[in-house]
Amino acid sequence: MTVLTDDILPTSGRAVRDEMIAFAVMAGLLLIVPLTGVYPFFVMQALCFALLACAFNLLIGYGGLLSFGHAMFLGTAGYVTAHALKVWGVSPELGILLGTAGAAALGVITGLVAIRRQGIYFAMITLALSQLLYFIYLQTPFTHGEDGIQGIPQGYLFGIFNLARPTTLYYVILAGFLFGFLLIYRTINSPFGEVLKAIRENEPRAISLGYKTDQYKLLAYILSATLAGFAGSLKVFVAQNASLTDVHWSMSGEIVLMTLVGGLGTIFGPVVGAFVIIAMQQYLAGFGQWVTVIQGVIFVTCVLTFRRGVIGEIAHYFRRSL
Amino acid sequence: MYVIPLLGIPPQVLFGQLLLGLINGAFYAMLSLGLAVIFGLLNIINFAHGALYMMGAFCAYFLLNVLGIGYWPALIVAPIMVGIFGMILERTMLQWLSGLDHLYGLLLTFGIALIVQGVFQNYFGSSGLPYAIPDELKGGMNLGFMFLPIYRGWVVVFSLIVCLLTWFLIERTRLGANLRAATENPTLVRAFGINVPRMITLTYGLGVGLAALAGVLSAPINQVRPLMGADLIIVVFAVVVIGGMGSIMGSIITGFALGIIEGLTKYFYPEASNTVVFVLMVLVLLVKPSGLTGRAT
Repeated sequence: MTVLTDDILPTSGRAVRDEMIAFAVMAGLLLIVPLTGVYPFFVMQALCFALLACAFNLLIGYGGLLSFGHAMFLGTAGYVTAHALKVWGVSPELGILLGTAGAAALGVITGLVAIRRQGIYFAMITLALSQLLYFIYLQTPFTHGEDGIQGIPQGYLFGIFNLARPTTLYYVILAGFLFGFLLIYRTINSPFGEVLKAIRENEPRAISLGYKTDQYKLLAYILSATLAGFAGSLKVFVAQNASLTDVHWSMSGEIVLMTLVGGLGTIFGPVVGAFVIIAMQQYLAGFGQWVTVIQGVIFVTCVLTFRRGVIGEIAHYFRRSL
Repeated sequence: MYVIPLLGIPPQVLFGQLLLGLINGAFYAMLSLGLAVIFGLLNIINFAHGALYMMGAFCAYFLLNVLGIGYWPALIVAPIMVGIFGMILERTMLQWLSGLDHLYGLLLTFGIALIVQGVFQNYFGSSGLPYAIPDELKGGMNLGFMFLPIYRGWVVVFSLIVCLLTWFLIERTRLGANLRAATENPTLVRAFGINVPRMITLTYGLGVGLAALAGVLSAPINQVRPLMGADLIIVVFAVVVIGGMGSIMGSIITGFALGIIEGLTKYFYPEASNTVVFVLMVLVLLVKPSGLTGRAT
């Protein structure tokens, strides 16, 4: 059966302590970012993608389901939030809620179709579904086709926080990221998460133990879609646009790449992976299509020699779970 | 035939779209065939298939414009060259994935596709390069109900022959019997003294060669573009999900059938022509999740 992480240690007191320390370090570093003079736009963008990769990782790392279409949730939530903010003029919190709900609804619909097949077929189906959605968004008027929705007003969150101020926006995005991250952490360590891991390791056995595995997989898929949508809604406030790039298959590929680089099935891996890939794109932006080539090389290198990813290798070396 | 004019539809255009559908169907069939054969033996879904199809077209383009080698030799030379490239990929990278989860094969070949497409995009941009129809196949025939460009008719007939030959090779020859046996149980086949690793390499080369051949055939119709295979491969994935990878004939029939349906959609409801294959995939998954010919996995 699917064995992606060969050396996950059982959750012990020590593991929980390690994870708490790592979380505290991560949260602490992210909290002081505005004081350091690091370009906040970059970190905000990376945080949105980190949450997206974490949501994706919930599905592959703990459910053993490789979705090659997660960009559809990013893009859908982005379009809904952008449209609600710009055309309907709703408040930011309602915009985020609508976008996330849109992605959740899409998760229910596509999930019911996609979980009918497993393994490699699941990947192909999710890819095909996201391509279907790409063409729909290309043609429907509200997305404005190739132009996308641009110049989105940021507004005041809860009527108090001015999201047009970079520092305020940064802490709002950070709060959203930490909320999503902790929700995923909680899910992984819940009884539900344990059943997911059992399904990943040996589905027939989980079925024989009486678990309705399809329902668990569907629920994990919807949860992952919803959180990916949440990340997409947050990203609208950072980028101030919603465009077709966010729904394209290459975006789905980038999400996979981030998680692979950081470490499939690790808690902190997707965060590290997202920062690495976004940073790479920033620094190599002038090299045009060579960025694609480099991404391809990273894919190949990771799969051939570095399957555990950055965090996975560190955890393996210290025999810890991170 | 008598109903169509009643609907106020010029049959010329309808048959033109049907022919285009058949051509696309031929490419779907050849690509999904290769994917199925490769998956059977290597347990890898070859994401690089679209990129290798593109390489086939570029190979024909280079042969013509650099070496002055025309269309007919290119039909043989380009698939062999791309096939050899594929075999090198298999020997140097893919073979290390045996025993690992299928997903890693998908990720590795996705990476290869990104590299190949990225390199070609760097040198050739995203616009199409023209490839002339060979003199022997220029012009067209008036069939009474439609005007048939000879090259398009040739592509349909030739692809059908290639597909049927592949089917014959795999289902009806001793070589194919070995190959099918190795798909079922490689260890046992090895015990009979058959060199399975070499067979795997050659099979990958064959699948890749088929993709490259489709690329050469498509060069005069669709122009030669670095991303010509990127979107195609996703449609082919949907075709594979619809047809299942269990049977060779199933892949051929599904490929052609979906091409025809797409052609008809382009005529009757053009807005849906990009999405019809994906919608059909959803319908098939809802009604018969295992695919039309495949076994449930």
